[in-house]
Amino acid sequence: MTDGAWETLSNQAIAAAGLAYFVALLVHLAEWAALRQVAPREAALVGAGDAAGADPEAAPAPAPDQPGRRTTAERVAFLGRLGFLVTCIAAAAHLVALVGRGMAADPNRVPWGNMYEFTTTGTFIVAAMYLGLYRRFKLNWMAPLVVGFVLTILMVAVIWLHEPVQPLREALNSYWLVIHVVAAAIATGAFTVGGITSIVYLVKSRAGDSEKATRGWLGRVPDLVTLDKIAYRVHAFAFPVWTFAVLITGPIWAHEAWSRYWNWDPKEVWAFITWVVYAGYLHARATAGWKGRNAAILALVGLGTLWFNFIGINYFSTTSQHSYALEQVPARHEVVARTSVSPGM
Amino acid sequence: MSEPEQRPVSRGELTARELVRWTWRQVTSMRTALVLLLLLALAAIPGSVIPQSGVDALAVTRWKQEHTQLAPIYEKLDLFSVYDSIWFSAIYLLLVLSLVGCIVPRLVVYGKALRAQPPAAPKNLSRLPDHRSYETDASPEEVLARAREVLGKRYRLRKEAEPDAVSGERGRLREAGNLLFHLSVLVVLAGFAVGGLFGYQGGVILVKDSTFSNSLTQYDDFDPGGLFTPEQLNDFDFTVDDFKVDWLKRGAGAGTARGFQAALSYHDGDSAEKSYDLKVNHPLSIGKTDVFLIGHGYAPVVTIRDGQGNIAYTGPTVFLPQDESFVSYGVIKAPSAEPGQIGLEGLLYPTFRLYKGDPVSVFPEDIDPLVSLLVYTGDLGLDSGTPQSVYVLDKDHTKQVLKKDGKPFRLDLRVGDKVKLPDGLGTVTFDGVEPWIRVQISQTPGKRIALLGVVLALIGLCCSLYVRPRRVWVRARRVTATGTDADPGDTMARTVVEVAGLDRSGNGDLDPVLTGIVAALRNEKEPPT
Repeated sequence: MTDGAWETLSNQAIAAAGLAYFVALLVHLAEWAALRQVAPREAALVGAGDAAGADPEAAPAPAPDQPGRRTTAERVAFLGRLGFLVTCIAAAAHLVALVGRGMAADPNRVPWGNMYEFTTTGTFIVAAMYLGLYRRFKLNWMAPLVVGFVLTILMVAVIWLHEPVQPLREALNSYWLVIHVVAAAIATGAFTVGGITSIVYLVKSRAGDSEKATRGWLGRVPDLVTLDKIAYRVHAFAFPVWTFAVLITGPIWAHEAWSRYWNWDPKEVWAFITWVVYAGYLHARATAGWKGRNAAILALVGLGTLWFNFIGINYFSTTSQHSYALEQVPARHEVVARTSVSPGM
Repeated sequence: MSEPEQRPVSRGELTARELVRWTWRQVTSMRTALVLLLLLALAAIPGSVIPQSGVDALAVTRWKQEHTQLAPIYEKLDLFSVYDSIWFSAIYLLLVLSLVGCIVPRLVVYGKALRAQPPAAPKNLSRLPDHRSYETDASPEEVLARAREVLGKRYRLRKEAEPDAVSGERGRLREAGNLLFHLSVLVVLAGFAVGGLFGYQGGVILVKDSTFSNSLTQYDDFDPGGLFTPEQLNDFDFTVDDFKVDWLKRGAGAGTARGFQAALSYHDGDSAEKSYDLKVNHPLSIGKTDVFLIGHGYAPVVTIRDGQGNIAYTGPTVFLPQDESFVSYGVIKAPSAEPGQIGLEGLLYPTFRLYKGDPVSVFPEDIDPLVSLLVYTGDLGLDSGTPQSVYVLDKDHTKQVLKKDGKPFRLDLRVGDKVKLPDGLGTVTFDGVEPWIRVQISQTPGKRIALLGVVLALIGLCCSLYVRPRRVWVRARRVTATGTDADPGDTMARTVVEVAGLDRSGNGDLDPVLTGIVAALRNEKEPPT
């Protein structure tokens, strides 16, 4: 295949992935909509024909002699499985798009050369993380949130960030790119999944013991203690990976490329801020006994700094050497210009 | 505390000693540590928004010019060097203090705990939140022996004999990791401090074929740490033999460069000459010093002959790239020219074309270079003794050379062109273009210490996050059918086994653990009949 063909494949695959995510989102929304008809505990008892009935509690058990008609519970389970399957397909197409992106460059490279590529990779990691943890943490309740998030960010990437395939900038041409970015992307994906859990926690804890909390989709969400535990575990996984990415591989690479291992570059500052906030989150849980609401809020602050750093810094900061967003024009220096061998992007 | 009655202390007021103790408690409390951590994050933000003199001094100068009202206030608040400022330092020093105050007592506690036995089984295991029990025909002794065997693999067992129970504990690595993490933070800070105090960063621009020997006078800019001494400079010199750039000529990335390569030959002290291909991401290490390739550009070779035909200036002059197209700006000074000093100022276009009447460079490589220079004559200010930038022409005492029609006289030279200046000032020849490279030369002592610190911190972190400390107890008693403790000779009695655990991480899930232990205990003692 020619480079052009790979690039076309990548663009088509990302469109296919977006479409599949959209279908998955619709399926999951249908799943939730089905849930709204009856409370989940009742859903198991209530026949499909009676779902719209005035008094579900009085309804009889599903009649076994109604072939071809599903009960609400069955329908919910079916839609859940279908949504999961479609998400898997979408993630596969997403992966194809990333591979195609890398193969389209000459010479072939990892697909992490600009914001479009970082963003598509980041969203893929979120999706992959969700699919990977689906069984372990029983994440079916998270489906529409994750899929919606991935779809939204993917649309942003395609509409505003898309750039044709280009060779890597020289400073990025290092195996540290692979190690550093893989670690940072995995941590970003995990923090995002953890953050979504924390959001659900806050929504559920706000609903309290009211009827709302036990009906509809909130009723499907695990109880608060479990949510809190899942959020903690995902964060506890992501934090060391983040440490490895920004405090070990990042400085080593920075030292090789820019001669300073830590230069208080805006990207570094925000990576540090993210690190400190999440360190605070883990510290608060471990020592101050902050569980639940306060911890969830702190985790979301961390998530905010993380995504601001990932996307925001590239647009708001003109001095960042990590700014891949724009071709930056070195200013008219009077003494010594910083020129473009350096990653002065 | 002697003679307390002699100190007139009114109630509700703290004595100095109490105040110190209170302050210490506050500083070392967990809540304070947490607040300081978040404060540190907050305090780091301004440095990412406001240009920092340590990162980009020119951006600071420009910012100050644009914000004349705010600049003095910001200056007072150290907002141009946030990470060296008193208030930023105060936060992290307090954090370190809090950390030390937290760690030292915990080290002592941990040291004691290392020697301590796992605690004996509580009297009533069924009061623990996680517990199981079952009955068996095996004797308590058999059950306990089996329990020792099962728990002994993964738990430290209490050595002091207990009559009816086995106590085990595991997961001491969690606290060890915790302590290691916190101590490593100190190591990282130490490494960082060593680098900041004893290290230096210097930059120099070198035209092809020029030689750099490592002494202070050779640097264009030099930024030493507070305790740097010139004796630290390693004795070496290197020559830039060649510099090559692979420019991409086709595809979406056309006009961008990759594959920068500077061929150096260098002497380390008195050793024989060695060669090294300096590339981005591949610094050259000589002794404790690292040499990095961080920039490149063009230096037009221009010869100025004065009115009397003597060469007043010749050689490559460094021009600074203005943007990605590598259109470069520079000045050439010939103060010794007669009858008048000559100063040239203008642009170099690496691949010159006229586009809709405007001069542009269509490609950053020097395929078809052109210099476009304005000419000044008069006093260039070089004799006054005040130091001047080589990239700035002091026009205060010069006048621009004009054409006869009064418009500025402009030199537009391609390689090989020679043009006569008006008024018998002389001639200017454009002989060619040489590449230059900018190298960063630095010593970063303490970088290995810092790296070691972070790696240790990561190891400690993983231990403290993933090791799940817990205690488990197994108790076996003979009971009669009515549930009271049985006499040893009671043949109708059965053995009641209780298994209980205590998760000490606060996040563990003991259910599967206890299920596993019970299964292991029952497995051999009660084979399926």
